[in-house]
Amino acid sequence: MTVARFWRKIPHRYNLIGTHCTTCNEYYFPPRTMCPTCRRDGKMEPHKFQGKGEVVTYTVIHTAAKGYEMQAPYNLAIIKLDEGPSLTGQVVCGQEEMDIGMRVRSVFRKLGEESEKGMIYYGTKFVPE
Amino acid sequence: MRDVAIIGIGCTKFGELWDCSFRDLFVEAGVSAIEDAGIQGEEIDSMYVGNMSGGRFVEQEHIGSLIADYAGLASNLHVPATRVEAACASGGLALRQAILSVASGHDNIVVAAGAEKMTDVGMDTATDALAAAADREWEGIMGATFPGLYAMIARLHMHTYGTTSEQLAAASVKNHHNGTMNPIAQFRNEITIDTVLNSNMVADPLHMFDCSPISDGASAVVVAAADIAKKYTDTPVYVKAATQASGTISLHDRADITTLDASVAAGQRAYKMAGMTPDDIDMVEVHDCFTIAEICAIEDLGFFKKGDGGRATEAGETAIGGRIPVNTSGGLKACGHPVGATGIKQAVEISQQLRGTAGKRQVDGAEVGMTHNVGGSGGTAVVHIFSRDR
Repeated sequence: MTVARFWRKIPHRYNLIGTHCTTCNEYYFPPRTMCPTCRRDGKMEPHKFQGKGEVVTYTVIHTAAKGYEMQAPYNLAIIKLDEGPSLTGQVVCGQEEMDIGMRVRSVFRKLGEESEKGMIYYGTKFVPE
Repeated sequence: MRDVAIIGIGCTKFGELWDCSFRDLFVEAGVSAIEDAGIQGEEIDSMYVGNMSGGRFVEQEHIGSLIADYAGLASNLHVPATRVEAACASGGLALRQAILSVASGHDNIVVAAGAEKMTDVGMDTATDALAAAADREWEGIMGATFPGLYAMIARLHMHTYGTTSEQLAAASVKNHHNGTMNPIAQFRNEITIDTVLNSNMVADPLHMFDCSPISDGASAVVVAAADIAKKYTDTPVYVKAATQASGTISLHDRADITTLDASVAAGQRAYKMAGMTPDDIDMVEVHDCFTIAEICAIEDLGFFKKGDGGRATEAGETAIGGRIPVNTSGGLKACGHPVGATGIKQAVEISQQLRGTAGKRQVDGAEVGMTHNVGGSGGTAVVHIFSRDR
């Protein structure tokens, strides 16, 4: 991933800034430029999420994604934020602690790195609340 | 719109085909479909080619030209060839485009082909190329893998409906059994529930044997206007429905994680187009990239009510001879999953069933069959219904 590709998503990745449609009052994360409900009638504005929510479902990944080999096994979950939208993220805790419905909160963490000299990806992970 | 029929089918063996190149595979499948149809190159009006990631797997784009060229259809005949892509649904998409171009009246005879050469790169590159079918920016970068996404579907299915690992494994065991009877299948060995449960955990709760393999292979069908089909074959396979639906690219944006709503939409459109219900279908090839995907598919397509797919599979209702045979070819799990080829291979299998040439896999009294091809975790679904009767 080039620096520009990562850099332009920094506000969203670091601070969970998504979007809010003031027409239908729906919240979106990841951010969208067009509201899927109102489409061109929607009015989107940035919205910073509180970062709290609950685990909808989860897995423990043993065969890691490229670049994440050193972290395996790691917990990956779909988390429904209290404001409404769901996202995919890692949950930093023991595998035995993972449960559907568990409360989590967001934390700023290193996600991964490209190589010894490459870019380091930072972003949001979750921990038990 | 005109009626359309399949008049020729062809498929390479699926597997780790180290002695075959991408173009070798395509030409082999295409030539066998053309020979099966008994047509000449001059009769081909156009080609649609399904391929997910030639760029990543063999560092080759511009697949349409390459295939037309090596099939001998470019330098003199200049047959138009169009590559289409929808991740693992690329083959199904190519078939649907071919059908539409005949149905519209623009073309009379069209070749739909699909191919993927996945073993020319290492496992990590192949896995990463496949991960591009999910949302790279908001799933992939968080460490999501494809098995990981389907594992999250499986976890919630188990939690909500009581589905068990044994029930998931039963889909794999059944598909391996069917694969033993399919000469083109990558895996032709029987396995047991324990084989699945004792295999390495890839993404909890999915084991290695819950996952379809990395494969090479190609398949092709020739479609023609139904009015001329009998000129070429005594057993045309008539297209009753060719539908497609989109869903969110990210799994986390679905209203219900255990439902691929693109599958539901494409299925409902297909039943409506064909004027049929699930009871009219004699056998179905579904997209079992993972065992849980087969369970979701047979529910989402209306064969079983939501949550009942695991139990039904364990009870043998989807075996050959069961209530609704599923994946008589061995499915993606045992027949193999060269991603661009899969959607076409499904149509090849249903065509064999409807022609009555499926050998030991033959479903008795097969009159109507369905195929179901999915891209990503459900971002695209393509459904076809085929019939012996026009």
